[in-house]
Amino acid sequence: MSDLDTFRSETRAWLDANCPPEMREPMRSEADACWGGRNWTFQSDAQRVWLERMAERGWTVPHWPKEYGGAGLNPGEAKVLKEEMARIDARSPLTSFGISMLGPALLKFGNEEQKKRFLPEIARGEIRWCQGYSEPGAGSDLAGLQTKCEDKGDHWLVNGQKVWTSYADKADWIFCLVRTSTESKQGGISFLLFDMESPGVSTKPILLISGYSPFCETFFDDVQVPKDQVVGEVNRGWDVAKYLLGHEREMIAGMGLGGTGGTLGASLKPDDPLLRAEVAAFDVDALAFAAMSERFFEMFKAGEAHPASPSMMKYAGTELNKRRHELAMAAGGFDALEWDSDRSKNGKSARDWLRTKANSIEGGTSEVQLGIVAKHILGLPGT
Amino acid sequence: MALLNEDQKMLQETAASFLRDEGGPAKQLRHWRDTGCTDGYGTDFWQQFGELGLTGICIPEAQGGLGLGAVEAALVLEEIGRNLTPSPFLTTAVVGAKAIEGTAHADRWYPEILAGKAVLALAVDEGRRHAPEQTALKAERRGNGFVLNGAKKFVVHGNSADMVLTVARTAGSAGETGGITLFAVPKGAAETEMVTLADSSKAARLTFNDVELDADAVVGDVDGGWAPLSRALSAGRAGAAAELVGVAAGATAMTVDYLKQRKQFGKLIGEFQALQHRAAHLYGEIEIARAVALKAAELLDSNDPQADLIVAVAKAKAASVSKLAVQEGVQMHGGIGMTDEHDIGLYMKRDAVLGELFGDTYFHRNRVAELSGY
Repeated sequence: MSDLDTFRSETRAWLDANCPPEMREPMRSEADACWGGRNWTFQSDAQRVWLERMAERGWTVPHWPKEYGGAGLNPGEAKVLKEEMARIDARSPLTSFGISMLGPALLKFGNEEQKKRFLPEIARGEIRWCQGYSEPGAGSDLAGLQTKCEDKGDHWLVNGQKVWTSYADKADWIFCLVRTSTESKQGGISFLLFDMESPGVSTKPILLISGYSPFCETFFDDVQVPKDQVVGEVNRGWDVAKYLLGHEREMIAGMGLGGTGGTLGASLKPDDPLLRAEVAAFDVDALAFAAMSERFFEMFKAGEAHPASPSMMKYAGTELNKRRHELAMAAGGFDALEWDSDRSKNGKSARDWLRTKANSIEGGTSEVQLGIVAKHILGLPGT
Repeated sequence: MALLNEDQKMLQETAASFLRDEGGPAKQLRHWRDTGCTDGYGTDFWQQFGELGLTGICIPEAQGGLGLGAVEAALVLEEIGRNLTPSPFLTTAVVGAKAIEGTAHADRWYPEILAGKAVLALAVDEGRRHAPEQTALKAERRGNGFVLNGAKKFVVHGNSADMVLTVARTAGSAGETGGITLFAVPKGAAETEMVTLADSSKAARLTFNDVELDADAVVGDVDGGWAPLSRALSAGRAGAAAELVGVAAGATAMTVDYLKQRKQFGKLIGEFQALQHRAAHLYGEIEIARAVALKAAELLDSNDPQADLIVAVAKAKAASVSKLAVQEGVQMHGGIGMTDEHDIGLYMKRDAVLGELFGDTYFHRNRVAELSGY
């Protein structure tokens, strides 16, 4: 038996013994996810136990090194773990921006002390992070951000405002882009970490067209931050941000997939011939995109993908997802418009449809992604 | 989906350099068009395909071929598409070779296909659009053989083919897949009208008036022709999808180059965001079409139960993406794109023919719906 086969049988046995039955039920909504953090209330004992057991093994972040809370799995082992979890429909034990976004940045740009301090508590789900990037005056033009960060000798002093901060009202810490110099636009940005309980930090949820408030406005009023909480070099935070945006785009691009290539026809069974034709055209695009996603991840792993290709994936995946929900609404007719009945599961179709409109705005708009592809892949001249 | 292995990358390199050097419009398409060649391609050039081993890709090793499959054929076809190379590769070395696979006809034809000498064609369509199950051309038993009556159209390379695989009805009625029989019809047996298509390629309209064939002309089983036909059509559709990806990529490379050279209003037109975004969108669509074309080929090679579905997706997607690429290509070239002198218009014409071959976008969207149960 190869090492990988051994690993598979051990993993299978451990999961069978340790994954609580409740954690093998598909998540009904985002509300079923376990986000962790200082103020987290577990939905159930099963959710708590599942997180603890997985974190104990380093399997919330299986590919991170052991000294930082991971399990140090190689790509082959990590894939096996993923497959074995999928085999029993095991839920992800922890959903976290710390894992998906800050972690990769710290692993690449953080110093040893920062890695030892922050990564293990991310892996164990003890600290919930939020991302402070966009500002009222800096959306697509992110590098235009103005949140001021002054060097006061023994600390940084932060003043300014962020917007579209996902779950800022629930997060414990923030990783934040701040302006440490006005000499240069991109070369005056630093990547700063601080506690959301610091005096001077306040948040205000934003009510969206979907009726939900996953985002906040976040205000910084004379917030004092210890000097050792800059990741990477001062004024070189843009490098970190760009690296992270790549990760974020990959993640959002993946949303173009859903179940079996995210097709619609088999479930909608449209009887109107014109709608059927549109749904079939959509299904062709969805299955083609699914093939692209597979190929993209293979290429990415093999180092054969163009560094700007996540932009292409993000653009294509999000536009596809918007189309998916437009067609689902059309097929749903009158029923899909109900906003708060039990029958409609509290207006799930309509709210999900509206939520997808943000897909092509957040993490860089479709127009920004097309600009990146035009410039960096096609080599078209800049203006 | 697996990435290309070293052997496949090498084959891709070989095909790319051969077709770039020898298969471009000046040496092939324009040359044969402007000299009035009735084949529409060069026979010496076809022999070169054989010398390079390319014609043996889909032929089993035991019969002298390379024993490779749809993925390798797709790599060659993408280069054929990119260079607009007129070649009987798809109809002969892919569709024809797959149709006769495992039959006595393989022994008869494989050696000449391997040598780049024989050309095969598939006569399936009768109406205005692709509808193989609608086959009405009648084959009735007479003596030890059959007699064929009816007509076929859009038989690509049908005028120059040494053998035409002809789909006929021996039982049942139009619309049924049972009762179809595939025949190997020798050159000249049917009345042949050469047709020049929009892309300057040559096809045939065939008329069968009491054409008599021996019983051994049957490919596979009598009334069971749907199986070899489906095998051949799947290979042809996946192949045409790959060729369309090449057409799209070739047209787009030419267009992006033009955006970097042409100046108007004092700047390069590639600086205009209106054009940048359309070009970037097109880039993504081509990547997606290539991914699904390769996936379709891979599923065919592994006899995956999803192969039929993904082949239909691939043909539908590649045809619509290629259509977009050639339209954007001509438009972004402006006036020069409307001239015969410039190659971009050749891409538009090639796309139109390939898009129609073995079922257009609408045919395959409908197929996707049917295979998905709606």
